[in-house]
Formats: sequence, structure tokens, C-alpha cells
Amino acid sequence: MAQDSGTRTLISQSQLSRGRGKVIYWTLLVVVVAGFTLVFLGPLYWMVTGALKSGQEIAQTPPSLFPKDPQPQNYIDAWNNLALAKLLFNTFYYAIGAVLFQLVFDTAAAYSLSKLRPMFGNVILALMLGTLMIPAMVLIVPQYVTVIDLPIVHINLLDSPFAIWLPLVANAFNIFLLKRFFDSIPEELMAAALMDGATSLRTLWSIILPLSRPILGVVSIFAVTAVWKDFLWPKLVMPSPETRTVSVGIYAFAGGTPMNVVIAASVIAAIPTVIIFLIFQRNIMSGLTTGSIKG
Amino acid sequence: MAITTVPETPRKPGRPPSPYSARPQRTSLGRKVRDNLTGHAFLIGAVLCFVVFSWYPMIRGIVMSFQRTRRGETTWVGWDNYSRIIADPSFWTAWQNTFYFTVLALALGYVVPFFVAILLNEFRHAKGYLRILVYLPVMLPPASALFLFKFYAYDPSEAGLFNAILKALHLPTSQWMQSPEMTMPAMVVASTWMNMGGAVLIYLASLQNIPGELYEAAELDGAGIWRRIVHVTIPQTRLILALLAMLQIVATMQLFIEPLILANGAGAEDSATSVAYLIYQHGFFQNDLNGAAALGVIMLVVLAGFSAVYVRLTAKQD
Repeated sequence: MAQDSGTRTLISQSQLSRGRGKVIYWTLLVVVVAGFTLVFLGPLYWMVTGALKSGQEIAQTPPSLFPKDPQPQNYIDAWNNLALAKLLFNTFYYAIGAVLFQLVFDTAAAYSLSKLRPMFGNVILALMLGTLMIPAMVLIVPQYVTVIDLPIVHINLLDSPFAIWLPLVANAFNIFLLKRFFDSIPEELMAAALMDGATSLRTLWSIILPLSRPILGVVSIFAVTAVWKDFLWPKLVMPSPETRTVSVGIYAFAGGTPMNVVIAASVIAAIPTVIIFLIFQRNIMSGLTTGSIKG
Repeated sequence: MAITTVPETPRKPGRPPSPYSARPQRTSLGRKVRDNLTGHAFLIGAVLCFVVFSWYPMIRGIVMSFQRTRRGETTWVGWDNYSRIIADPSFWTAWQNTFYFTVLALALGYVVPFFVAILLNEFRHAKGYLRILVYLPVMLPPASALFLFKFYAYDPSEAGLFNAILKALHLPTSQWMQSPEMTMPAMVVASTWMNMGGAVLIYLASLQNIPGELYEAAELDGAGIWRRIVHVTIPQTRLILALLAMLQIVATMQLFIEPLILANGAGAEDSATSVAYLIYQHGFFQNDLNGAAALGVIMLVVLAGFSAVYVRLTAKQD
């Protein structure tokens, strides 16, 4: 960043901009930019173009850099044979629902814990944060058993989108992130609203939420990518071909499908999250660092 | 209802008073109850989700691990599930593989991002571009990224990307996922590529908080670049370093999707079987949910051990 020029890092500014330091700096920069492009972008290029190659071209040695005879047919086959439209629609639907449920329930909870502070609020927060220590794999079996027969009401949530939406609400990281943001909103604003006779709901709606747009954006993006990236849980709770997510669908088809078609499908499955990332990368990166830095 | 006058109680220091509790002297009991009810009403949705999908399954998992369900009848069997799980030879293989993966992943996925972050932090140009590059794989669905590795990078023929590179460099080629020795290293490479972006960004943020004067002073004392890293950078970021070590251990102990997709589960000669994969096997293929629950509890206990060590170490440093 250009505005960093005042701050001192490991190596001093003057050392980098003069004589030998300058030469080393620029050489290293070029090497790193080229190397990172190769390592992190290269495989994606390989994936997109590889899916355009014919079966013979993929098996040839040495591998070709450009597809000699591009076969867009692989992408069309992937789209049709794997019913990608349906799989993408399902994933999208689960992602949107996850965003809505998390925004409503997690924001309300964080607001309560940060501003209303009811009795036992701290105990509840501590119990929530405690779940961050429990790895998902430990809970997978009892969670699955719970979902196929919800306690008391005895409803089976298999193949129901609620099986994805509701467990995602129990996200201590989100609540913590939101609560920390709400904590930074001055109490005077709350007091002023109270004087005007606003209810808690009204204060949340017209004072807290408008101020919290950046953090709400971060939570939404995380919710979308979480659904898009998750694999085992949707594989377990969405067993029917009609309700699968795109990752699970590709995995289910991988066995009996030509490999360049599987790769073409993987490319299509990756496009939405990559686009989201390119649009919102600033928000994603700021959200990531605010959440992780202790304070 | 009687109107009681509640004297203003001094609140705990360090916490600004909430306008809802520190309201003017004349706070009625009814009002207080109502405020509390409002607060809890806002909490109820999230709390219910935690109860049903986190807290209750936690307890249920432990209970299930001591039970056995046969033809709809549940009985207490004590430590039976545990002894059965431990007697299974793949139990030890799975733990060995998982620890091996964790150690390799710490060496690669934990140390490398730190130095990448130090390097990126020195650059005045192309910073945004490099950050986007490193984080890009994190955004791919893991299944997509792993199919890429499986079919292209780790193709055991000479048409595979890695083998083509090795051959061009006149180095011996490898069977990758079909060779038991290469399975783990290959999985660690794929996993690191997919996941290192997050760690790099977190390190970068903490590097930016190091006061420049410290480097200045170290340099005046004649410390070279390496000694500045050892005596300034590492001590200044040690809390984040410790935290990420912990998170990395927890994450790698759950190794699952890499064996499932890259190695079709168990891999050549069981070289890919992980504890998490074993949980999945028991729970959803062998119809042994109780055994799987017992395995989950064992995993929890092992990870709790790591957490205890972590708390011990970080507390000592302060």
C-alpha cells in the first residue's frame, strides 16, 4: 500500500530505495509476482483450459499448454449430464437462506448481548464461544442423529433446507464478530433513541443496522462461501439427487463421468465463489482480520 | 404493583453503562422484568439453534458413545464401544496418518505462510494483487480444487502436471496417490495450497501492528535481517503465532475431504485413512453410530489435551 511509506518494517525504506537494495527489491518483487502467479493462478488456468481438451490430448505427454482443438462440448456435457443448473440452483438457494437466517438470528442475538444485556447474557455468550473449541467432526454423528429426529417435535429434516440453514445460525464466530462491532457503537446513540421513546426493535432497525452495513456484508459473504464450500454436512443431510449441492453432486458423478467433464463441472462450481471474492475481496479481507485479531 | 426505587449501583469497571439498565432512579420492577424479557426475546432464535444443533448434540454424542442401539432398543454398554473401536487395527493407522498429516501440515502450512507474510509486508508494490492471489484458492469449493489435483497434478502417468515438471527437470517421476509413501505429502501440498491464504492475511495484519521503532533500534544495534525476525518479528507476533498453531492443529486433525477425494478414502495400503474418515466410515457405512460417537469423543479428548498445552504455553509467556 502506498500509504504505508511512513511506517517502518523489517527492512528500512531507504535501504530498499537505494543502490543494491533497490536492485534486490525489484528482482525479488518480479520473482515473487511471477512465482505466485504461476503457483496460485496457474492451476486455475490449467483447470479452465484442461476442461477444454479432448480425452486424447489430456493423456498425451508432455501435456500441452493450450488446448489444440478446444472442445467447449465438455462444458456443455457437464452442464447437461450432471444437471448443473439444478445443483447450482440448490446451492444458491441454501446460500441465500443461510444469509437470511444468520442475519436475522445472529444480529438479534449480538444486539441483545451487546446493548440490551439481559440476565445471564455473559453466561450464554461464554457457552456460545465454547463451541468454537469443538471441531465439527466430533459433532457430526450426534448432529446427524438429531437432525433426522428433532428432539420433542420429532421432525425429520433430511432433504429439507432447514437442515443446512438452522445449524449455521449456531455460529459463535459470527455472533462474536457482530457483538464486537455493536460494542463500538456509542451508548449515547442508544440513550438518545430511548429518550425519543423508541422500542428496542426500532433502535436496532433504524440506528444499529444502518451503522453496521460493513459487518453485515462480511457476515453475508462468509455465509455464502460457507455453504458453497461445505461438503460433508450437505452430503449427509441432502441425500437425494434432487436436493444435492453442487460439490456433492460433482463428487457423486465423478466415478462414472469422463475426467475432463468432471473438471469442467468443477470449474463451473467454482465460478460463483470466485466472482464473489473478486467483487468483495476488500470486505472479506477486512472481516477476516477483524475477527482474528485479539482485542 | 409496588413501585420500588432502585439505587444506582456502581457497574463493573471497564464497561460503559447500558442505557437500558442505568435508566433514571425511578426504575420499576415491572420495567426491569420487561427489559430482560426483551433482551431474551432477541436471543431466543440463536440460543435455540445452539441448543438443538450444538449443545445438545455435544452431550448426546457422549451419551451415545456408552450406548448400543439394536433393532430400536438402546442399552448401556459401558466402555464397550471404546474397546471395540480401539481394537480395530485401522484405529491406530488412522491416528498415525492423522498425526503425520498434522506434523507435515504444521511444517508446510504454518511456517511457510509466516514467511510469505513477512515477504509480502516488505513489498511496496503489487501488494493487493499478491494478496488476492494467495487468497483465491481459499474461495474455491474444496471438491473443485481437489479434483484439479487428483486428475491433473497427481496423474501418475507422465501426462500429469507434477510428473511433467519432474521429467523436464530430469528427476524421477512419482506414482503420487498410488504410492503409499507419497500419499500424505501429496495431500499436504494440496491442502496447503487450498488453505494458506487465510493464515497469510492474518499474519499480515499482525505484522502491520509491529512498531517500526523496534526494527529501527535492532538495526542500530547491528542486527541483520534474520536476527530482526527472530528478536522482533516473532516475539511481537507470538500470540497470533500460538493461536494459529492451535487452529491449524484442530483443522488438520479433522482431515477428511482430502482422503475422500484424492485417495478415494483409505488410499493405497491404508496410507490415507484418517480419524475423521474412520468416523464417517463407522457412522455412515458400517451403521455403527455408537462406535463413531466414541471415536468423536476420543478426538475431542485429544484436542482438549492440545488446547490445555496451548493455554499452558501462552499463559507462561505473559
